[in-house]
Amino acid sequence: MEKKITITIDGQEVSAKPGQTVLECAKSIGIFIPTLCHYQNTTNVGACRVCVVEVENARSLVASCCMPISPGMVIRTSTPAVRAAQKMIVELLWSSGDHNCLTCEQNGQCELQNLVYWLKIDKPRFNIEPPGYAPDNSNTMIHRDLNKCVLCGRCIRACNEIQVNEVLDFAMRGSYAKVGPAFDADYIDSACVFCGECLQVCPTGAITFKQAKFGGRPWELDKVRTTCTYCGVGCQMDLFVKDNSIVKVMGNREYGQPNDGSLCVKGRFGMDFISHPDRLKKPLIRYKKNEDLKEVTWDEAYTFIADKLTAIKHTNGPDSIAGLASARCSNEENYLFQKFMRAVIGTNNVDHCARL
Amino acid sequence: MAGLAATFGSGAMTNSIDELEFTDLILATGTNTTENHPVIGMKIKRAVKQHGTKLIVIDPREIDLVKYASIWLRQKPGTDVAVFNGLLNVIIAEGLYAKEYVAERTEGFDALKTVVAKYTPDYVENISGVPAEDLKKAARMYAKANRASIIYAMGITQHISGTDNVKSTANLAMLCGNVGIEGGGVNPLRGQNNVQGACDMGALPNVYPAYQQVANADAHKKFEATWGATLSPKPGLTLMEIMAGAGSGAIKAVYVMGENPLLSDPDLHHVKKELQNLDLLIVQDIFLTETAQIADVVLPVASFAEKDGTFTNTERRVQRVRKAIEPPGEAKTDWEVIAGLSNKMGYPMHYTSAKEIFEEVTTVTPSYAGITYKRIEKEGLQWPCPTHDHKGTKFLHKDRFSRGLGLFTAIEFIPPNELPDKDYPFFLSTGRVLYHYHTGTMTTRTQGLSERCPESLVEINPIDAENSGIADGQMVKVTSRRGTVEAKAHITQKSAPGTIFMNFHFANAPVNLLTNPALDPTGKIPEYKVCAVKLVAA
Ligand code: SF4
Ligand code: SF4
Ligand code: SF4
Ligand code: FES
Repeated sequence: MEKKITITIDGQEVSAKPGQTVLECAKSIGIFIPTLCHYQNTTNVGACRVCVVEVENARSLVASCCMPISPGMVIRTSTPAVRAAQKMIVELLWSSGDHNCLTCEQNGQCELQNLVYWLKIDKPRFNIEPPGYAPDNSNTMIHRDLNKCVLCGRCIRACNEIQVNEVLDFAMRGSYAKVGPAFDADYIDSACVFCGECLQVCPTGAITFKQAKFGGRPWELDKVRTTCTYCGVGCQMDLFVKDNSIVKVMGNREYGQPNDGSLCVKGRFGMDFISHPDRLKKPLIRYKKNEDLKEVTWDEAYTFIADKLTAIKHTNGPDSIAGLASARCSNEENYLFQKFMRAVIGTNNVDHCARL
Repeated sequence: MAGLAATFGSGAMTNSIDELEFTDLILATGTNTTENHPVIGMKIKRAVKQHGTKLIVIDPREIDLVKYASIWLRQKPGTDVAVFNGLLNVIIAEGLYAKEYVAERTEGFDALKTVVAKYTPDYVENISGVPAEDLKKAARMYAKANRASIIYAMGITQHISGTDNVKSTANLAMLCGNVGIEGGGVNPLRGQNNVQGACDMGALPNVYPAYQQVANADAHKKFEATWGATLSPKPGLTLMEIMAGAGSGAIKAVYVMGENPLLSDPDLHHVKKELQNLDLLIVQDIFLTETAQIADVVLPVASFAEKDGTFTNTERRVQRVRKAIEPPGEAKTDWEVIAGLSNKMGYPMHYTSAKEIFEEVTTVTPSYAGITYKRIEKEGLQWPCPTHDHKGTKFLHKDRFSRGLGLFTAIEFIPPNELPDKDYPFFLSTGRVLYHYHTGTMTTRTQGLSERCPESLVEINPIDAENSGIADGQMVKVTSRRGTVEAKAHITQKSAPGTIFMNFHFANAPVNLLTNPALDPTGKIPEYKVCAVKLVAA
């Protein structure tokens, strides 16, 4: 057993393993410290300093997300000095961007908005001066408005450390730092593979799900957990639904295996086929070989099939009938399909196209 | 996956996805993982970059993973068995294999040793084009790794020697004691979401659910009793045999649920004729697919977001699918349609929910017996999960193979069925791209994906392009002995000289007009990955 270290946070003693951070310890005993640039499973960079705390005998405030614990540390998370520093940081972020929540898709789930509220800031003490970047409207999947970017770098770390797609980085341009693909390209002209991980981790409305724009406010959407319909990884995902249609798809870090909340382009942006106008809505029958398919009722379709199958079975035997099940359908449906072929038709002529 | 079933006793992925990120070495062959299983690709890249895992790639194409590989063996298409025999040869000759493991847990080693003796690195270089030194390096690296995992996909199985290829990967893994340990194994990555589940559920001509043999008298009796019906004791026909039967008139009716053989099967001209020959073609799908367009009856069904149920992923994990919205118009779920039809035909199926069907599944499927909807509400369970207190199985064959001893198979290399010649000088290989899926029925109707990848491309090496006078973006005609397809040229180093690559997602460039229907005799999988073609500017 590794030796544990004991520290004190806001008067409570807590022991933890060496190497853990002050932030992690506070969280483990239910003490809330606000954060912004910190993101689970990525490097702690200490960029925003929203997570500052007071450490007894330290000369200045320290960023709790990067501070490893040491024996006997005494920490205070909510002193006036801490709050003053946090307010200053948040007001600077607010005033250096175009944070107009009226039209922002993140309204209601924005981490900057939440910080402003939590810190009880009425308005920033500085003049609001957004950088005036043109939005990246170049594709139908990801919308970028860097006027809402707080330079936390979470998108960069998600792209490089979680997905290892290595597309995003900081770039300096004039006196402003900026995040994005190399050469300041739009996403569509870059090596981006549209996994959408950057969109998932962005705390503000800087990177958003484009097709969800005006699709519904966060609190109007129902969330349904399901399994992706595309490849065999079987990623767990949340479908966000409003008025019987899917507004957007997100990963969820709480769901664990097999994807730990990450998705790929097909799972995240490949679901609009569901509401495509080409979807079949009624059963169709072609009564004679050269005629067109005609819309019929379910009962007509069932009767037509049942009569034909029974006649063929009678004349040519059950082994003249075959069924192809589907690697896209559920277990329940594949089970029932083979049961139908075997028990009702009486043949083992059942296969699926997955060997292919 | 007949190859793995024969050698280990189970055809499924032996280990779990998350183990890949923390193992010592990954050998990836015939899998373009970052495009076909992107989230697994992500974990492999993290393993290499963040956890010091070594990566060996064996693939004719310069896929993205090559960037992350310690060694890349670029073999000529269809020479996989020779390359694997070469690896085995080096490991045996240098005494690097797991002697105790081979003695205690496997059989057939002596026969293997005899056959691979002739596959020296130089001999293999002649067949495959893989430099002898690289082969030796890869063999040593694999053998010396503490835990090594092999992953493969259709680049291994879609060959006339597909089953042999799979057995070759198994030979290598067993030789180094890598099966039955965490972080090891032989892992087929399933392309479609529920291939594993469809197989588990007995959607195969020779087995009932959980691979219980149709030809086995006990299994036959058990299912007759549970289902209350007389069942045929004779194994049925495979997909390709069904198609041939339709052509010859032996098969009169085909009922297709959610598949599109008219774009996915090889030698399409033929398939269309065969299907048109039927008295009755029933297609049940969400769109009017190419196959549905020639059907006699088309039944509209719900998409995955419109129904409840379970999918089983490639690592044997049974996970919930949940209904989020109502299906359009009068569409019903596939299970409701099957039950409705069955009722009409005099065999009552009165299920009221997918859950009720799943409960029946667990009574006849021993590997699923311990799984309930309630247990998988928060996290899926990996089969085998035989009882309600069993935690599921992260990796298979611990201490003992499903079949007892692991079986080495001595395999000789045989060349692909169709090789390039004077008239058809190029290899054609087929596969998927990141932005599309299978026959494109869903993804070509998706805005973002179509925008990123709107059309089929023919990937051509710059040298071949120059020799054939073809410019990037120009339309080209690709012709095999079976047909011609036109598509845009994309000039790229990804394709080896002499080899072109096309995807099979697009109906207007149906690459399966070209492919060779020659089948692997055991796996019955067509040789999609290799055929001979010629290339001209259109
Ligand atoms: S979508 Fe994915 S690949 Fe593209 S920039 Fe974002 S994280 Fe990187
Ligand atoms: S785009 Fe979003 S995630 Fe990226 S640095 Fe800006 S605020 Fe952070
Ligand atoms: S999100 Fe991508 S990787 Fe995950 S299951 Fe779907 S298609 Fe596969
Ligand atoms: S959250 Fe700690 S410095 Fe940003």
